[in-house]
Amino acid sequence: MVAISREEVAHLARLSRLAVSEEELDTFAGQLDVILQAVAQVGEVAAADIPPTSHSVPLTNVLREDVVTPGLTPEEALSGAPDAEEQRFRVPRILDEDVAS
Amino acid sequence: MTELTKLSAAEIAGLVAAGETSAVEVTRAHLDRIAAVDDRVHAFLHVDSDGALAAARDVDARRAAGEELGPLAGVPVAVKDVLTTKGVPTTVGSKILEGWRPPYDSTIVQRLRAAGTVMLGKTNMDEFAMGSSTEYSAYGPTRNPWDTDRIPGGSGGGSAAALAAYEAPLAIGSDTGGSIRQPGAVTGTVGAKPTYGGTSRYGLVAFSSSLDTPGPCARTVLDAALLHEAIGGHDPRDSTSIPAPVPDVVAAAKRGATGDLTGVRLGVVSEFADEGVEPGVLAAFNESVDALTKLGAEIVEVSCPHFRYALPAYYLIAPSECSSNLARFDGVRFGLRVGDDGNRSLEEVMSVTREAGFGPEVKRRIMIGTYALSSGYYDAYYGQAQKVRTLITRDFTAAFERVDALISPTTPFVAFPLGARTSDPYQMYLADLFTSPTNLYGGPGISVPCGLSGGLPVGLQVMAPTMADDRMYRVAAALETAVGTLTPPEL
Repeated sequence: MVAISREEVAHLARLSRLAVSEEELDTFAGQLDVILQAVAQVGEVAAADIPPTSHSVPLTNVLREDVVTPGLTPEEALSGAPDAEEQRFRVPRILDEDVAS
Repeated sequence: MTELTKLSAAEIAGLVAAGETSAVEVTRAHLDRIAAVDDRVHAFLHVDSDGALAAARDVDARRAAGEELGPLAGVPVAVKDVLTTKGVPTTVGSKILEGWRPPYDSTIVQRLRAAGTVMLGKTNMDEFAMGSSTEYSAYGPTRNPWDTDRIPGGSGGGSAAALAAYEAPLAIGSDTGGSIRQPGAVTGTVGAKPTYGGTSRYGLVAFSSSLDTPGPCARTVLDAALLHEAIGGHDPRDSTSIPAPVPDVVAAAKRGATGDLTGVRLGVVSEFADEGVEPGVLAAFNESVDALTKLGAEIVEVSCPHFRYALPAYYLIAPSECSSNLARFDGVRFGLRVGDDGNRSLEEVMSVTREAGFGPEVKRRIMIGTYALSSGYYDAYYGQAQKVRTLITRDFTAAFERVDALISPTTPFVAFPLGARTSDPYQMYLADLFTSPTNLYGGPGISVPCGLSGGLPVGLQVMAPTMADDRMYRVAAALETAVGTLTPPEL
């Protein structure tokens, strides 16, 4: 019984923004299948009426005083950016219309 | 003065405070040791010699000026490369952050500095703290000082190996499913995962935010407690930080060191007995249970029926959170960007960048998490894992009504040979069998050396209730008096 197909792994890679190679797809398909079959064991637990836990610390709405504290300068904030211009992060084109034909 | 590297942090701090040595001398001794052995161990990704010596000179100057300094002033510390260090490279063991110099310090690193410790450098780790052997580091594996053909554990193998190789007396790790405790166990060192929220995640590169916990690594229980005290406590910049004082872990470690556990009830989880523990690990654990009994502890068998589902639940929850957290590595604000040739769209550049920047284990986990969170699978996988998390928490709560703390082997097997588990990723996951329940619950856990199996170290884990970190230090320190610290062969 296969939990996940090669095609589904290719779809997951697209959703995950990972341009994986054909060769990697072959490897990952087998490995993810083994992992998913193992973790599917959680389904054996009868838990229909059990509330989920997302977090172990029961804190809600942690607030603080609205006081100005020192932060990063624009130069510091941009210091690790692959590309920056006019104090902004510069990104590759976003709109398809910009494609030169 | 090479013997300075064999001393505990408490001993070093005492000598520096008494003026019998200086922070600079201590720092030089450790930098020399790193230069002598790290080509064989590869515990460090970056050694900050200049920064360390400057910090040491500052400590010496402040002491000369009559300033009152803390209990770890002048003691060197190695920091896992998962914590941001201002101006000092922080890679998380990944190519996607190669060369990144963060513009700010993590809270843990700020507190290390405030305590007068001297940061030697950044230690190797499995990429994004995902792994149990440090073989998933993009910069090559760390080797176990006990046997350099074997793994030092992971993900914090660099921090643990730095301690066992006497390159540092203290180190910082981070524990999401066992990444402090399992490396501690297989290198014969001490590693403690504090209560979740007891140590700040500000500046800790996120893997699984509901589980990630930075914590102390050392060669002795007292040193780990001193480091825990220095880095722990509420941080307003971490919204999941617990607004309460750190339990008095140092006093607890000192109390445990008297070797008296009279009146302490320790639970052994009966379900763990079925879980394929190596015979040598089980033998060392059983001998330690006898030793704890001789120290006065009462041993009680307790049932935690859902613990056997902790590993599968963990390997759904952690990848789910990781798939969301690692979306920030998009080639825009920091790190790698490849394929930006003017023709590719932003989305294509992102996909090519992430493909080039992430290693196979990170990609596997992102895809597993994406799968577990996708509509149609959410209820059966992520949703169900969250319910199992509730049941595991209830198991802990019920157990702690009967006992003060739980004990187990830290990990089912001793350090395995490099390459032994990389071809089958799930075999690697089994290293977290006994450590992952604690992360899902949120309580503290510590690994302390408890003996040898085939000449390799075995660790015993002590698990305590949430915000009762002091209890685990007491038990661990008591066991340490019976077992002693383990000394690896000369490198």
